[in-house]
This record gives sequence, C-alpha cells and structure tokens, in this order.
Amino acid sequence: MNQPQNHADIYPLSEKAPELVRTTTGLPLKDFTLEAVLEGKVGAADLAITPEILRLQAGIARASGRDKLAENFERAAELVAVPQDLLLSTYELLRPGRASSPTVLRERAQALRKEFGAERIATLIEEAADVYDRRGLFSKRF
Amino acid sequence: MEENSTGKRRWHRFEEWDARPLRLDSFADENPEDGFAVFHSPYDPSPSLRLAPDGSVLEMDGRLAADFDILDAFIAHHHIDPAVAAEAMAMDSAQVARMLVDINVPRARLEHLARGMTPAKLTDVLGHLNALETTFAYSKMRQRHSPGNQAHVTNAKDDPLQLAADAAIAVALDFDEIETTMRVAGNAWANALACTVGAAAGRGSTLFQCSIEEAEELKIGLAGLATYAETVSVYGTERSFVDGDDTPWSKAFLTAAYASRGIKARCTSGASSELLMGFHEKRSVLYLEARCLCLQRAMGVQGTQNGGIDGAPLTASMPAGVHELLAENLLAVWLGLECASGNDTRISESEIRVGAKITPYLLAGSDLITSGFGSIKAYDNSFNPSLFNSEELEDYLVLQRDFQVDGGLVPIMEDDALQLRRQAVDALSDVLEELGLAQADQAMKESVVHASGSNETETFSPATTLAISSSIAARGLTALDIVRALAKRGHERLAENVLVMLRQRVSGDYLQTSAVIRDGKVVSAVNEPNDYTGPGTGYRMSPEKWNRIKSIRGTINREHVLKAEGRHEAPTGTPTLYGIGRAENGRDPHEVVIGISPAFGERLHQTTAGHAVTDVLDALYSGILSGGGLPRVVRIMHTADTSFLGLTAARLSGSGYGIGIQAKGTAIIHQRDRLPHLNLELFSNAPLVTIEHYRRMGQNAARMTWGEVPEPVIVTNDGQALSARFHTKVALLYAIETEMTVPGAEPVDQYFATPERNA
Repeated sequence: MNQPQNHADIYPLSEKAPELVRTTTGLPLKDFTLEAVLEGKVGAADLAITPEILRLQAGIARASGRDKLAENFERAAELVAVPQDLLLSTYELLRPGRASSPTVLRERAQALRKEFGAERIATLIEEAADVYDRRGLFSKRF
Repeated sequence: MEENSTGKRRWHRFEEWDARPLRLDSFADENPEDGFAVFHSPYDPSPSLRLAPDGSVLEMDGRLAADFDILDAFIAHHHIDPAVAAEAMAMDSAQVARMLVDINVPRARLEHLARGMTPAKLTDVLGHLNALETTFAYSKMRQRHSPGNQAHVTNAKDDPLQLAADAAIAVALDFDEIETTMRVAGNAWANALACTVGAAAGRGSTLFQCSIEEAEELKIGLAGLATYAETVSVYGTERSFVDGDDTPWSKAFLTAAYASRGIKARCTSGASSELLMGFHEKRSVLYLEARCLCLQRAMGVQGTQNGGIDGAPLTASMPAGVHELLAENLLAVWLGLECASGNDTRISESEIRVGAKITPYLLAGSDLITSGFGSIKAYDNSFNPSLFNSEELEDYLVLQRDFQVDGGLVPIMEDDALQLRRQAVDALSDVLEELGLAQADQAMKESVVHASGSNETETFSPATTLAISSSIAARGLTALDIVRALAKRGHERLAENVLVMLRQRVSGDYLQTSAVIRDGKVVSAVNEPNDYTGPGTGYRMSPEKWNRIKSIRGTINREHVLKAEGRHEAPTGTPTLYGIGRAENGRDPHEVVIGISPAFGERLHQTTAGHAVTDVLDALYSGILSGGGLPRVVRIMHTADTSFLGLTAARLSGSGYGIGIQAKGTAIIHQRDRLPHLNLELFSNAPLVTIEHYRRMGQNAARMTWGEVPEPVIVTNDGQALSARFHTKVALLYAIETEMTVPGAEPVDQYFATPERNA
C-alpha cells in the first residue's frame, strides 16, 4: 500500500479514505455490509485490524504531534501477526520475576525479531532486560 | 447523648452535626512521613535534569542514571525530549503556571514544553495554580473539543437480560462509553454479549469495555465483543509497580498488544494508589502521579483514567485532596493524554461533597467527565458505588441545566425508556435463543424491563448465566454471530448498529487520542481537537443540544398552571361569589373587610396549599364572625399586591381593620393608618397555611376591632426549601393576578355565601 503524502487529511480513514481500509482477508470496507455478513462472506478474521492500518494510524498520530502514540501503533503493527498464545506468554515473561535471567528475555526478543520482523518490540524487550538486571527483577516472586 | 465522654454537657449543635452523613467520612491529618501530603512533601526531589551530549539522561530529579528505578529509567528514555528539555527545565515554574491559564498561549506550545519537563518540574508548576485556575487550565488543555461521559453497566446477578436493558438506557442517556464487569469472572462472555446487544438498541454505537484479566479481555476484544480497555494500571513507585505484578515494559507491551487487536486502551493511575499499595516513599501524591503520567505518555498510550479512582476517597480525606485530583487530571491533558477524569468512586457520604466534587468538571468539561458513572443502582455497581449512581442521575441532569453545561448526558422520557428496555431485552432473548444459549420466558423479560435494579428481577439462575458465558467462549462465538442472529430474528436495525462498530474496528480510527463514536462516526482529538482560546471559542453547545439538556422531566409553564387551576373551577353546590356593586366605606366599628385579589375565584381557584379559595374565604369569614366582627368581602381590582390589598381593605373597613388575600393564599391583616408594608399579621408561606390558620386570622382581625391585642397566628416552617418547591408556580400564578389588575379600578362589594348560609 502506498503511504499517502499527508496523513492529516485522511483521518478518519473510515470517512475520508475508506478505499485504504481492507480487512485481513482483503475485504474492502465498503463490502463489509450486513448482506455480506449474512451471506457468510465476512469471517472472524475480518474483525482484526491489519498492520497496514496501524501504520497509517501511526502516521496520522505523528502528523497530529503525537510521536509516542505513533511509536505504540508501530509496535502494535508488529504484533498483529503474533499468535495469541505467544503474545500472552511474552507479556507474562515481561512481568517481574517471570524470566530468570536477561538471556531469557533477549532470546524472546530475538525470536520475535526473526519470525515476525518485530524490530521495535524486540528493542523494547531488550531494554527491559537491561533495566530488570540492574533492578534485580529476575528474582523469583512466587 | 446529653454528655460527652468527659461528662461535660455539650452544645446540642455538635450532636446534630455528629449525626450528619458527613461525619461518616474520614479525614486525615497531613503527614508526609506516612505519605499523606498532596501537592508537596519535603521528601519530593527538586526538579533537575542533566543530559549527555547524545541526549541521554545523566541525572533526573536529583537521581543519577545509575540509580534510576524502573520508572525513572523508562521516563528518562522515552518521555524526556532532549530537544525541548533545556528550554523547558530552565523556565520559571510560576511563569509556566501562568501560561497554562493564559488564553494567548496555545495548547500546543504547552504540550511541547511538557515533553521537556521532569515529573518534579511538572509537579512544581501545578503547585502554583489554585483550584479555579486548575479548573480553567483543564478546560483549555483537555484534548477533545466536546465533552463526554462513561457509564458503568453491571448488576449484582450478572444478569444478561438486565445488562442489555441497562446498556440500552446508557446509550439513550448519551454515554460515549460503557464499561461492564462481573461478580463472577466466568460470566465475562455473557456480560460482553449482553452489553453488545443492548448498546445496539436505539441509536446504538458506543465504545464498550468488559473489564477483566488482560488475557481474557484481549480474547473478548478479538471476538469483536469489546472495543476498549482501561485496566492498564500503572503506579508511581517501583515497589508498588512490582507488587502490581508489572513493569513499565510489560505495560508498554500490553498497550501495544491491545492496539494490535484493534482495542482502544487507556491506562489507570491516580492519587494515593501507592499509599494503598504500601509503598509511597514519603513522596507527595501529585509527584507520584506525575511519574505515572510521564510514564504513560512515554509508553505511547492514548489516554489515562486518573483523578484518584480507587484512591480518590483516601485522597479526598487529605487537606486539598480534591484540588489535587483536579491537578492530576490537568497534568494528564497537559501531557497530551485523553483524560477519563475519575469521579467514579463515591468519595463521600455527604451529598454536598459529591455535588461539589463534580462541579469543576461540569464547568471545564472533560473527555470523559466520569470514568464510570453508575448508570445502574449503587447496589448493582460491581465496581463499587460511583460518585453518581442512577439514584442521583436526575440531579446530574439538572446540574447540567443549571450551569448551561454539557456533562455528556441528556434526559430520557419514561415511555421511551420503557420501550428501549423492551427492545433490548427482546433482542437479547432472541439472540440467546437463536444461538441456542438459553431461553428467557415472558415473565422474566417483563420483570427485567420494569425493574430498577436486580433485587426486583426474576431472571436466569446463576448457573444458567455461567453456562451461557462458558458456551459463548467454548464455541468461539463472535460479534458476527450476534449480527446474524439479530438479523435473522428481525432486529435489522440492531444488527446494523453492531456492524457499525465492527467496521470501526477495521479502520482503527478510534485508537486515536480521545476518540469516541457518535452516530456511527469517530470524534477524537485528531479531527475535533479542543481549540479553546478564550470567550467565544472552544466547545459551545449547539442550540439542539441545549434544547435536549434543558428538557428535564417535570418542568412547568403557564399552561400547566392554568390547567391545574381549571380542575378547581367552582362546581355546583360550592359557595357563591359575585360582584354586587361599587364598595363604599363601611360604618360599623367592628366591620372587617376581606379584600380579595383580581383572580381570586375568577381565574384561580386554589391556593398553593391546595385549598379551594372559597374554603379559605369561608374560614376568614366565619373567623371574623366568631371574633365578634362583621365581615364584608370586597374584590380589589387595581392591585394584586398583598400589602396594598390589605391596606385598601382596611381603608374601606368601618373599623379600620382589613384582610388582604391573594388567590395563591398569601394573606395579611392591615390597619388603615399604617404604612403599606408595615402590616399587623402576615401569612407569607402560603403553602403551609391551613384552613384553621385562616379562621384564626379572621378571628384575630375581629378581636383587634375591639381594641384587643390577640396573640398572632404563627405558621411554623420546619425548614423546607419552600421557594424551590413553589416559586415557579407562584411567579406564574402571580403573573395571572397582575395581568388582571385594572389601574384606577374601584373595589367591588361581593356577594359571598356558602351553601349552608344560602340555606
């Protein structure tokens, strides 16, 4: 998908640039209708947001002066393809005392980077590994 | 109790104060050692910031990078903008505080500066603002143009039918978000499905949250049964954070995880949570919250729910605590965050404190004025009672009308409400049946439609509700199944409303700051930012919105008053009263003239106490007779004022004593030589006056003609706000009287006879 020149002009996407919006299965927003649902042309996969849309929203956030929110959307875009179990186990691993050493976190970061191209998420996890080490958050809590 | 513990006799006033609800509240002494300090603690660090040439933070708020705790580290790395820091930190805090209330300094400029400020610096700035300035700055700095509000929709039985009905009502009241939670965690899926269906009734389309453990919440969101989450809690000290079983990185990851599933997320923080968690580090409440909020901006979450939340009652127990709650909301919006500004927890047993607590927010507006208005009864609120619950909902609606402000809600009419509840309950029971989840019979549905709260319902058993929920989860049902079931059972409109929300998920527009969905369209700080720059700018209610807010239940006007009076039009068999000719001065030394007002028994037939005017007249008449006087009734047309009615009557009277009376029942004894407003006896609170009072007034006037000084008739008032109850009606009634006056018209003698006397 081509990135539009001016993100400020395409928000809300659903009204100003609906042609840019497609579901995971490629269903365009205009075809996401009651008839389509009743005919079984819309499935559970179509309820998910896509990485492309999240990156568009990141651009919109940045254009409205919200760089941190944009970074969050960019991290989110990397997580769309991450299956629910892996998503939850990574969250769990980031909680205090779950990982026993920085290595465990760094390995998870590397795995996400490699398998999902989750560069930003990996960086976040690696940053956590450093700080947790210094603050003693690898000790067992229960 | 007559005596206190020391055996001393007390001033009874204190005993009365002891009995007021206020005294159930607890109040804490200020004590920074124990964490009880709101704006400043001697243990708060002084603002400081030192950067390396590469922009990394070497020292922040008196702490070296090597000693940073998890919050410092995250804030230093992700919040502090090195491009702004030098300028922002060098500014005088008082000057920044003035900029916050200066309409000539744009919001964007201040948000820019905040990115270069440390938590201690931000705290220092806010300490320069008083409560009014804080409120004003909040109004200028809040993110979305128009205010909004959030509802709690829960019940003590986790009853899906009632959830559907109450969700529909919340939407009709115009809440932008609905949040539910469960008494039994396993009921989450049933709650989510019921609220989704209910919220689609009527105009539909509102953001919805099912508050539960994160993994479950993500799954529910993924199934299209929730659109936002606000359970991303953060704390202001490291040990509280770790005891909360998280770190800034785990929460930043979770925030991204929510967005990756198309769910709008906001953090939860708020004053005194660290005190409740036991790790306050002797810092002030506001400083700890400043750390939380810098962290939230750093994590990239779009917004926060702060302003106390669970810690609100504790914060409100401290001196300036309620002011601090406002200040931390201001800090949230100053950092560019959406703010759901607390006002959820009931901070007091005193209704006065509750009303005062909400007022600054009504005046300033807020993205979500409450982060949970109990749209249901207090006992049904599974989050604990909110500041306002359904019991006080109409009070809130009237406050909006009083101040001409948009508090995010609009009144609903009784018939419409009932119809909506029925629609929601029918739709849900059809969906449950269609999906083979449960069967609701007619009696169950009827009991829920009419019930105010779950104590009154005859509905699903707890086992059935749990079975519904487990089944939804196990079968992997999604919002699409709901859409199909609704459509199949003829609820196309509701199906379409659910679909609107599903389409919104795909475009992700509501993930942006302060986004809500109104009439199927996204409204956020991106497409409708707060643009306040002084009078005439920023959010102003449209005439249509103001008309809706004005339309509270039970207003009265002239037509209503006249119609009510019409009911008391003299039926046959009641006393006769008509004019018989111009009134002359009387001669009998014991004559007492009763001067009736222009509308008395003409267009107005009952007093504000509800007596027929002829009964009142008869009481005065017979009272005069019993006191040895000679009554004469005269209609006075040139005035409707009680004093002048009385004085005119007195001057016509052979004794010089007269009574003036208005149709609304206000009566006076006057004497011919007195100044108009220096009467002898007055019944000013007509709503409290009984027939017997009037009889005794007549008797007293008669005794005065014999030179006696009778004991005045006292109408006791036990402190009711009579003006609030009656003045609207009084003003309308009196306007009818004054309209009938004819300047210069002569008084007219009246023939007055009760049926008994006629006989």
